[in-house]
Amino acid sequence: MTVATPVHGKRVGVTFGPGTPVYVLLVVLLAALALTDPGFYDPDRFLAFVKRAAPLVLLAAGQYLVIVSGEFDLSVGAIVTAGVVVAAELYGSYPGAHWLLMTLALLLAGAVVGLVNGLISTGLRVPSFITTLGMMLILEGAVFYWTGGSPQGVLPEEFRALGRGTAFGWLPWAVLACAAAAVLAVWLMRRDFGRTLIATGDSERTAALSGVRVHRVRVLAFVLSGVAAALAAVLVGGFSGVSAQAGRGMEFEAITAVVLGGVALGGGRGSVLAAMAGAFSLQALFTLLNLQGVSGALESTVQGVIVIAAVGIGAADFARLRRRRTQSAARSPRTHSSEGSTP
Amino acid sequence: MPAMLTMQGVSKSFLGVRVLHGVDLDLEAGEVHALVGENGAGKSTLMKVLAGEHVPDEGTVRLDGTAHRFGHPAQAQAAGIGIIHQEFALLPHRTVAENVFLGREPTRRGLVDRRAMREQTARLLTELGIGAAEGLTPDTYVRDLSVARQQTVEIVKSLGGASDVRVLVMDEPTAPLADHEAGLLHDLVRRLAARGLGVLYISHRLREVFELADRVTVLKDGRRVTTTRTADTDTDRVVRAMVGRELSAYYPPRARPEELGALRLTVTGAGNDRLHAIDLRLRAGEITGVAGLQGSGRTSLARALFGAAPFTHGRMTVGDRELRPGSPRQAIRAGLALVTEDRKTEGLALRQSVRDNALLVTRAVPARGRPPAGRSLAGLLDRVRLQARGEDQQTQYLSGGNQQKVVIAKWLAAHPQVLIVDEPTRGVDVGAKAAIHTLIRELARDGLAVLLITSELPELIGMSDRVLVMAEGRIAGELPAGASEEDIMRLATSAAERPAPSAAEGAA
Repeated sequence: MTVATPVHGKRVGVTFGPGTPVYVLLVVLLAALALTDPGFYDPDRFLAFVKRAAPLVLLAAGQYLVIVSGEFDLSVGAIVTAGVVVAAELYGSYPGAHWLLMTLALLLAGAVVGLVNGLISTGLRVPSFITTLGMMLILEGAVFYWTGGSPQGVLPEEFRALGRGTAFGWLPWAVLACAAAAVLAVWLMRRDFGRTLIATGDSERTAALSGVRVHRVRVLAFVLSGVAAALAAVLVGGFSGVSAQAGRGMEFEAITAVVLGGVALGGGRGSVLAAMAGAFSLQALFTLLNLQGVSGALESTVQGVIVIAAVGIGAADFARLRRRRTQSAARSPRTHSSEGSTP
Repeated sequence: MPAMLTMQGVSKSFLGVRVLHGVDLDLEAGEVHALVGENGAGKSTLMKVLAGEHVPDEGTVRLDGTAHRFGHPAQAQAAGIGIIHQEFALLPHRTVAENVFLGREPTRRGLVDRRAMREQTARLLTELGIGAAEGLTPDTYVRDLSVARQQTVEIVKSLGGASDVRVLVMDEPTAPLADHEAGLLHDLVRRLAARGLGVLYISHRLREVFELADRVTVLKDGRRVTTTRTADTDTDRVVRAMVGRELSAYYPPRARPEELGALRLTVTGAGNDRLHAIDLRLRAGEITGVAGLQGSGRTSLARALFGAAPFTHGRMTVGDRELRPGSPRQAIRAGLALVTEDRKTEGLALRQSVRDNALLVTRAVPARGRPPAGRSLAGLLDRVRLQARGEDQQTQYLSGGNQQKVVIAKWLAAHPQVLIVDEPTRGVDVGAKAAIHTLIRELARDGLAVLLITSELPELIGMSDRVLVMAEGRIAGELPAGASEEDIMRLATSAAERPAPSAAEGAA
């Protein structure tokens, strides 16, 4: 009957969830890349693209956990910077350290930063926006103080292998790390932890009254975000080397990616895969702009537009817009039947 | 003589679904006209058409003989139609006068004329018979007012602005009020009608409809069933028109003595800053009702038992374990469950699926030896007779009754021993209400101890095997099954005269 069309449209939206648009966007961007640059899908070049995107994908996964629980983590960019610089300085002091030990130490340090973020945000009730902004400034300042602006030390080849090397001679380790993180994140979100985390972001009071330890799940989300950021630091240090700017702006890139993935700021809604797809989309967009000759300086401008547009579109009440449209459509042919109603 | 307000053949569709089918309604000056029907019957849509919030597809609205077609609430207001919504639109940190004149402050030489605002508000309050003695003056801050008084401010606000209000629409105004506050509201409504206003009064409480209204219109599935003078009909006939069935078996039968089992919960001499000297015994198989006026401590009792606002002293035993829960988590582990009063902010994660909500407690508080609830979910949802499109449907799209069933399912998944239900049927339509009543009784029969808190006296009396009456944070007394409303109200209002009633005599 007449009802069929809108209901059908709604069903499709429900089936694919709120993340649907980002997958469409990703496909469009990848198609555009193929048109602009026919060589883009050479296995080597495509894997190189995925490798470049890997740190952002990891950060997006971590940021997703925090955002879906109703909080923010602005410190991840600074964790990446600090991670790279600290690793270099440590190698300066202990040149013989094993790469695995160093990586684990960084992951642990990331976890500690996340733990502090989480405990302050939940226990002391400081809004996480402020806590992690403060943490970002603290880490950036500490790095600057420690290095005097120009970090010393070189990262040895074994350590950099995770960021620039390949497994089996063709598959970059970074791609593997990314895939592993995706599997882990999806698994986690299907577990009790993930389900209670998202419920906490949706309604903290309901969660608390249902027995969820809301502080604990949120602190865990911050810890995981810190660990993801530390892993991203290892990848970034691997392929771009030591720099005091290594992670600059990555927190906002990660938030943009998550928002692009249809995850609601404020929590309670969205999927981690969509957030990671958002990161890929963002990277694809930057690559495309680069190929089109748009200045890299405009990246942050583009990002700003995307964040506002994505949140704006997400917040728009489409049901209401549609209702208004059907209303006016229904009204126009019927005006003859309501004569006399307007004097 | 034609009526002051006539709505004729009003139809309205959303997304091709017709929610109003040519509804007629008329209203005389000075009349209170009640509008009743189950949730989804179209009452609110009809009122929103009148208030200019929806444009009707067909039909006319005539006020004093003039046809109107409101495209915006402001047009309806200007024409003399005021509406009191269920949610108040008041600024808590402003005074009563500032709220009444919000957005249309009188000015003098370009500045807000506060004195005029205060004086006019005071005049309106006096006209409506509200004295300063009731704690409501133009200078009172809205945040300091009770819900009932805030509602009064809303009413004054709707009268104060548009110069000439002819029709006042009230959408379930007594829903948030306790019974004695509802009485005050009824007086106010009568005075408004006496001033020549026409009042359209939407309500679920039929008793007040018969007390207050001159005529009653029943809507069902978007059509008008009847309009009759209240003097010519009775509750049964109205309910039959609403639901299309008899109400003889409205409440399930009470527990037989042999169905009462072991003690599940005892509380002795417990209290906190809101509760005093609470003694309580809950048995398996029994539904214990809790009555009391708003603010008497009913909800505080539920929250204290559940550890959300814990007792600070006294003893409590759950099952055979001595435990005074300090957090909901401890209470859940001990076997308590709380269906909260406010299901939208405290009972459900609205954007999560039926499945995620139903499994929330078992996921949050895993227990050894309990089979995973995921597998038995379908059976559980069947048991509470949930009607949803599927387990994946977000709970925000369910009706109030089905939302409540999901909340109950969430607790059943954790296999509790004691179930506390606070206002389980608030905002739930008549059909779903009966389903929830039946379900609660079945749960008691299966061995749960149930504590039922409700401000609807018929529900309390119909459901409870015994009734505890609370007043001023104490248990003022206990009544057996079948106690009358008068007995309950007498106890509920008695505390003021008896400063330290002993609960022991009631518990004996």
